[in-house]
Amino acid sequence: MFRNQYDTDVVTWSPQGRIHQVEYAMEAVKQGSTAVALKSNTHVVLATLNRADSELTSSLQKIFKVDDHLGIAASGLISDGRSLCKFMRSECLNHRYVYESAMPVTRLVREVADNAQVCTQRSWKRPYGVGLLVAGHDKSGPRLFYCCPSGNYYEYLAHAIGGRSQAARTYLERKHEEYPDASLDGLIGHALQALSASLAEGELTATSCNIAYVGRDQDFKELDEASLQPYIQALRDAEGGDGGGGADGAAPMES
Amino acid sequence: MFAKAPSHSTALGPGCAGPPLANPQQLSSAQASAHERGSHQPSCGAAPFAVDASMLRSTGSQPHKHTQSPYVTGSSVLAITYAGGVMLASDTLASYGSTKRYKSVQRLVKVNDSTVLGAGGEISDLQFILNMLDDLKTEDYCADDGQSLSSQELYSYLSRVMYNRRNKMDPLWNSLIIAGLEGGKPFLGSVNMIGVAFSDDHLATGFGNHLARPLFRKRHRPDMSEEEATALIREALEVCYYRDKQSINKFQIAKVTASEGVSISEPFALPTKWEYKAFVDPTRNAVGVW
Repeated sequence: MFRNQYDTDVVTWSPQGRIHQVEYAMEAVKQGSTAVALKSNTHVVLATLNRADSELTSSLQKIFKVDDHLGIAASGLISDGRSLCKFMRSECLNHRYVYESAMPVTRLVREVADNAQVCTQRSWKRPYGVGLLVAGHDKSGPRLFYCCPSGNYYEYLAHAIGGRSQAARTYLERKHEEYPDASLDGLIGHALQALSASLAEGELTATSCNIAYVGRDQDFKELDEASLQPYIQALRDAEGGDGGGGADGAAPMES
Repeated sequence: MFAKAPSHSTALGPGCAGPPLANPQQLSSAQASAHERGSHQPSCGAAPFAVDASMLRSTGSQPHKHTQSPYVTGSSVLAITYAGGVMLASDTLASYGSTKRYKSVQRLVKVNDSTVLGAGGEISDLQFILNMLDDLKTEDYCADDGQSLSSQELYSYLSRVMYNRRNKMDPLWNSLIIAGLEGGKPFLGSVNMIGVAFSDDHLATGFGNHLARPLFRKRHRPDMSEEEATALIREALEVCYYRDKQSINKFQIAKVTASEGVSISEPFALPTKWEYKAFVDPTRNAVGVW
């Protein structure tokens, strides 16, 4: 980004009609590691990439369960993500207390976005530096949203955020027609394909990524390393099968 | 976020009309402190349920006054499920003590496209509850996402409100029946003034509990046709009318069905017969009379 006299706070417009601080916040999302999400007619899958800085550390947790019917994947400033996650958990819990039912995903996403918007209009605040992929299942079916630091939110069939996510998005766009009717295994396969497309170097392993899903009659669940391994193996097999391109390995577990 | 205008007192909780917080910095201002640790105000729940102790104390020389007894009241509400729907019935009387004061008060109210509320007890408290439900409906409308609260959610909400108010020693003096369709299946729920809440295939409030429910227990089946259900409800109304002095022969029946949604009938009267011997000479054969 380029320094200029209109970017010192969030309440100053540039003559071009831009709020630079908000745009910087959206850039912060791209500093994070890749997070991928896609949905079928029954399920939503979240996938994130782990980037351990040292062999002696664990990697940051980027997938959070918010409620039985809902979870998020964060990219960017994960500490901001945790704060938003706490907010979302509190909202869902209170909805369950008052109405004894799961909070509609649209309503929760709107509350989060309203929160983010306030930070774009107050001189003493800073916008969130985190992008959230919100995956949930409610009365209206599976829903997938992207919450942006600008206070905008978008509904997606499939989306990827974070560093090098363009490659993942390219994969997702190429295959999107298969998602609505895909099985859960198929969706996970697609998510891993998209994730591996965004890898800078090396191969995807069960330790270098995380998968979580939610769907009809399926509470939000994050896969542990052992249960992730077969999917990774299927991805390898598919890549080996068609010369490493991975393009035809759309649903490796369905065979 | 901009604080949403609460439908109820932030000091006293849901269903409590009253002054705002004495010390607003502590509990309101979602705007300023929404994200400081531990001070988050959820859009439902915590804010309306929080209690500001200073508001419960007496004000000046006058003690803090709560409803000690109801003034204008309605009597029984009856409700049964049947194949593909629910049916509610009540009369249209609001009594002032024992005086049959207001004879055209509708006590069955459409809450949304799949829910009806029937209420007995204090009528002004009913009007207050309806205002709160109206606020919920407005919120649904403003969200504009095609989703609205189901009858079960409204039942849950009302049971929280009623229990909350009784814990403030300031109950809403009502017995409520919430009826609707929940995922295509009939749903009936009952909440009373102290927050006791339960759901069943057939329900009644007030005297109806003693007069109509024995009939329901004997005759009700969940797979009744609409005609059978209507016949049963009318018979139960007649029984209640004969024995409950706080009732009049002017009834309404409300239905919720998948095909037609909510419909509430015009008021009607039942044919009655007062020539039964026990009615003509009620003390005959009673112990201790001659």
